[in-house]
Amino acid sequence: MAYLELDRVAKQFGAQTVVDDFSLSVGKGEFISFLGPSGCGKTTTLQMIAGFLDPTRGAIRLEGKDLTAIHPAKRGLGIVFQSYALFPHMTAAENVAFGLEMRNVPRSERAERVRAALAMVGLAGYEDRHPRRMSGGQQQRVALARALVIKPSVLLLDEPLSNLDAKLREEMQIELRQIQRTIGTTTILVTHDQNEAMSLSDRIVVMSQGRIEQIGSPQETYEKPASAFVSQFLGRTNDFAAAIDRSVAPAQLMAGSWSTPAPAGLNGPVTVSIRPERIGFGDAGLGAKIVTRIFQGNHWLFQCESECGVAIVIRQNDGKAQPVEGEAVRLTWRPEDMSVRARAIA
Amino acid sequence: MSAGAEEREARTPWALTAPALLLFVGVLLIPLAMTVMLSFHDWGQYKGIEPVFILKNWHEVATDPYFAEMFWRTFRIAILTTLLTALLGAPEAYILNRMSGRWKSFFLLIILGPLLISVVARTLGWALLFGGNNGLVNKLLMSVGLIHAPIPFMFTETGMVVALAHVMMPFMVLSVWAALQRLDPQIENAAMSLGAGPATIIRRIIMPQIMPGVLSGAIIVFSLSASAFATPAIIGGRRLKVAATLAYDEFLNTLNWPLGAAVATLLLVALVFIVVGSNALIERRYAEVFR
Repeated sequence: MAYLELDRVAKQFGAQTVVDDFSLSVGKGEFISFLGPSGCGKTTTLQMIAGFLDPTRGAIRLEGKDLTAIHPAKRGLGIVFQSYALFPHMTAAENVAFGLEMRNVPRSERAERVRAALAMVGLAGYEDRHPRRMSGGQQQRVALARALVIKPSVLLLDEPLSNLDAKLREEMQIELRQIQRTIGTTTILVTHDQNEAMSLSDRIVVMSQGRIEQIGSPQETYEKPASAFVSQFLGRTNDFAAAIDRSVAPAQLMAGSWSTPAPAGLNGPVTVSIRPERIGFGDAGLGAKIVTRIFQGNHWLFQCESECGVAIVIRQNDGKAQPVEGEAVRLTWRPEDMSVRARAIA
Repeated sequence: MSAGAEEREARTPWALTAPALLLFVGVLLIPLAMTVMLSFHDWGQYKGIEPVFILKNWHEVATDPYFAEMFWRTFRIAILTTLLTALLGAPEAYILNRMSGRWKSFFLLIILGPLLISVVARTLGWALLFGGNNGLVNKLLMSVGLIHAPIPFMFTETGMVVALAHVMMPFMVLSVWAALQRLDPQIENAAMSLGAGPATIIRRIIMPQIMPGVLSGAIIVFSLSASAFATPAIIGGRRLKVAATLAYDEFLNTLNWPLGAAVATLLLVALVFIVVGSNALIERRYAEVFR
């Protein structure tokens, strides 16, 4: 049975629909990411779960109980805010203890749990620091400890890592994942960073313009994007304009001078999408010319001018010779690596 | 760099600030020094001011209970006014801050509006409202049953505190408002998610963070109320004098300038001590919030 369930949840501000028809079941202990560009409704959805906003339609249930009927202060959810929202007039320990105080946890037990929570996020010894005397990463940890110390039924993370620099963000991602695995709290992360979503979550909910585009494991959403939006948003992708001709037998998929047997179903103009790392250089295939090549340590990045538009190719640096700029090449890929969608003619 | 250029560079800041500095010295420091000097001069009904150095005025101010009464009244009124503006102004600023766009600007205008009108006009307005036992305020209070007999407002400290609190309110609201702007917009949600109710949020989270704003507003209101002239002069009249109206009377009615100078100097010194002292206290106490 679903632990946390959102059933056709919608939110309207005036005439504007910010979230529409949002349905999701979250299993206990699962790590879910809401991924999408800013303004896609992911934070609004999180705020509805937290109770800071009421859904216009739909239901939110936690263990079968209607969550929207419960006051936000009584929901018992742990929330980490983008700005951390630490209490600046309290020390780190006082910040973490606040939720326990509100729950009337006895003083001695409170001190013990605060100490353990701060130790868990690697801040043992920082109990008496005030937030404004701590670095961004440390404040982030205090906010996490404050949310986790109350043993929340669900942990909600609202872009928690977006204010950190790249290196620290990566460290915190690993740490966050470890902590979540250890204590097994059901977690929902809101992010616009696809790498963050992919490296942390069990499942990703890709959102665009208030609607769910796809729900799936990181691998599924990357490998089998359900829509053009998902394939564009998750990682880089090449889109080639092509066409399927069913007047010949067998039917042919044609892109420029290159053709291959067409997949079943579609007819007429189509878009062919292939991930840059799935394209290789071969003897036959889509004709292209290397425009630039960039060495990036463990891989090479090629930008090519192909018969069907710009193509990005990523090749592992396996020590073999790579084509140089200006060289004419043929782009090849395995049929199962490409996805073909119908294309509307403009 | 040559020695000459270095010297020129060192002089530049002085040259640039010189006009403002001259103005400051000319219109503030010199008159102030002259007032202090004046307080040590002698004065007589028939001889006028004698430029001698005596402690007569200071002795009189220090020993005559008449002056002590004036000063106590001044500070009592200033303290009560400060408390009243804090009690009304802080919640006012908080509510204002939670309002949405259009209402916010409308009510902010209403609060700041009085600043655009002369203090004298505003106080005369209060005098009209108070106006003896049949004043509008008394009639209103009696008709809603808050009081049974009319409260004397004119020529009383009560009236002065009410009128001053109205005059000073914008300073308190603005000061608390500024402190509220520094608050993390999610801070109340954060406290709520941890299980805090509305009262707890205000007491434990909001209040400690806006306290510096309330206190700095209190300093402004206190020093302005203690040195206020127009409102005490109109509401208090001759019967109920405060330090500022007392100094004015000594200067312009009794023509005892040296004594008036002593009163004015004492008021200034007392205010400087109170303001500087409480400011230092606040900064130490709320060091973490100010950072």
